[in-house]
Amino acid sequence: MQKQSVFHSKFLPYLLVLPQLAVVLVFFYWPAAQAVIQSFLLQDAFGLSTTFVWFENYQDLLSDPDYFSTIVRTFLFSVAIALSSLSLALLLAVMADRPLRGSTFYRTLLIWPYAVAPPVVGVLWVFMLNPSLGVIAHGLRNLGVDWNPLLDGNQAATLIILAAAWKQISYNFLFFLAGLQAIPSSVIEAAAIDGARPMRRFWTIIFPLLSPTIFFLIVVNIVYAFFDTFGIIDTMTRGGPAKATETLVYKVYSDGLLGGNLGSSAAQSVILMGIVIALTAFQFRFVERKVNY
Amino acid sequence: MVEHRKFGNLLPHLILWTGVLIVAFPVYIAFVASTQDNATIANGQMSLLPGGHFLETYYKTLFVGTSGTTREPVGTMLFNSFVMAMLIAVGKIAISLISAYAIVYFRFPFRMTIFWLIFITLMLPVEVRIYPTYKIVADLNLLDSYAGLTLPLIASATATLLFRQFFMTVPDELLEASRIDGAGPFRFFWDTLLPLSRTNMAALFVILFILGWNQYLWPLLITTRDDMQTIQIGIRKMIVTSDALTEWPVVMATAVLAMLPPVAVVVLMQKLFVRGLVETEK
Repeated sequence: MQKQSVFHSKFLPYLLVLPQLAVVLVFFYWPAAQAVIQSFLLQDAFGLSTTFVWFENYQDLLSDPDYFSTIVRTFLFSVAIALSSLSLALLLAVMADRPLRGSTFYRTLLIWPYAVAPPVVGVLWVFMLNPSLGVIAHGLRNLGVDWNPLLDGNQAATLIILAAAWKQISYNFLFFLAGLQAIPSSVIEAAAIDGARPMRRFWTIIFPLLSPTIFFLIVVNIVYAFFDTFGIIDTMTRGGPAKATETLVYKVYSDGLLGGNLGSSAAQSVILMGIVIALTAFQFRFVERKVNY
Repeated sequence: MVEHRKFGNLLPHLILWTGVLIVAFPVYIAFVASTQDNATIANGQMSLLPGGHFLETYYKTLFVGTSGTTREPVGTMLFNSFVMAMLIAVGKIAISLISAYAIVYFRFPFRMTIFWLIFITLMLPVEVRIYPTYKIVADLNLLDSYAGLTLPLIASATATLLFRQFFMTVPDELLEASRIDGAGPFRFFWDTLLPLSRTNMAALFVILFILGWNQYLWPLLITTRDDMQTIQIGIRKMIVTSDALTEWPVVMATAVLAMLPPVAVVVLMQKLFVRGLVETEK
């Protein structure tokens, strides 16, 4: 698609794209290229010499059981966060999508956590679930649960998943509601006349018609779980205890902090880049085409 | 509605209220904690109703800071966060507007190459190029500066795409009419296109301001000086690993202050927010 009538100027358009192009080249492409190059190099212990080692960094990384478990963990986190947050948001959206008194009021009260920063979300939840002084932790202890996320890796993981899912409810709710409101009521009424009860109408009509929104949100939630949980993890557990809450992004960050292996850190970055490219491509390939029946 | 229910809308109201409570509970607890004194909380005796230390805690948080860990008052952090959020939001909109203008309203060699170069940055979020980007910013001497905080984040594929899409829907006749009136590219941009883009810009601004305010990983890397910290970084440093030393009322007051501006933006400009969110995600 192109405009039929345009301006003619030799230099002006370049001048106009220059600021964005400069930022993109200096801060996006140059570092990304550096990461790719670095991932094929091996530096000796003193940083004095580097050798080209082909895929050795990748081989080391992928044969490292630690890295493998980080991959598995990140995927499990994504699935848990996406599932819990999507299902609760869908329930709320279905409830809000009817002529209720005060439905805009509910919407306002449900969407604002979108604006809370991940590290703040982390702080809020770590306080409530702090084993010695948290409000919910007290309740759990009274129920007889031996709650100590500082020592128990599974409990720490639960903590992260809870906090991350909590923040994402509002986003999912908003998109589900928009999706539901786009479904023509005539379809639902027709089914009702044919005698379909609400549950049946939901599973055979509303849910399938909502599938584009669901697919879109699954991708968004996975991206969120991969990248935006960094702030939550960093304020809640810093990847601990014993790496039980370390995701791929957190590992790049913490490995780099230790100033360790440059090649390995670069290879990790490149693998992450691959994941982002795959997710984005998936989104454009399947979601843009609107999955529908 | 389709059919008559026996209990009316009782169940939906009940479920929605539960949702509202789940969403609000952590924030309520944070507020309550910020109004109580440290010793009570540290003993695990926190009450679920607000205490009497509201003014004291918030004064200390804003103007004094915690005793041990960060030393910097949260007022400074709020200022830094605000500057950063504004620079990111305005910067992204400005450079995306003019590049979209060039791409839509001019024909020039490498036009599509440049478009794709901008577009592909969607796939290069800061998380995947952390340390190489850090190195460049360090080499450019931009650590601990507002430029270093904002410049590397200021490119925006989404904003450029959005403005491009919008410009494509602007009728050609407008350009021809202003041409006849003798308007050049600057005049057309300023007098015709900008006023038309106002709603788009406002919706985008709301989203980008929240995005900028909530940045975490990048400021964490490039700010080392206490007086350059944003509020998100400050709050993390207030949590000390041993619970006894963490001043929870101040931490919770900081959390409340940190979410106040973006939450206010969402609630007060809800229409623009929803529009911006839906448009940037398309």
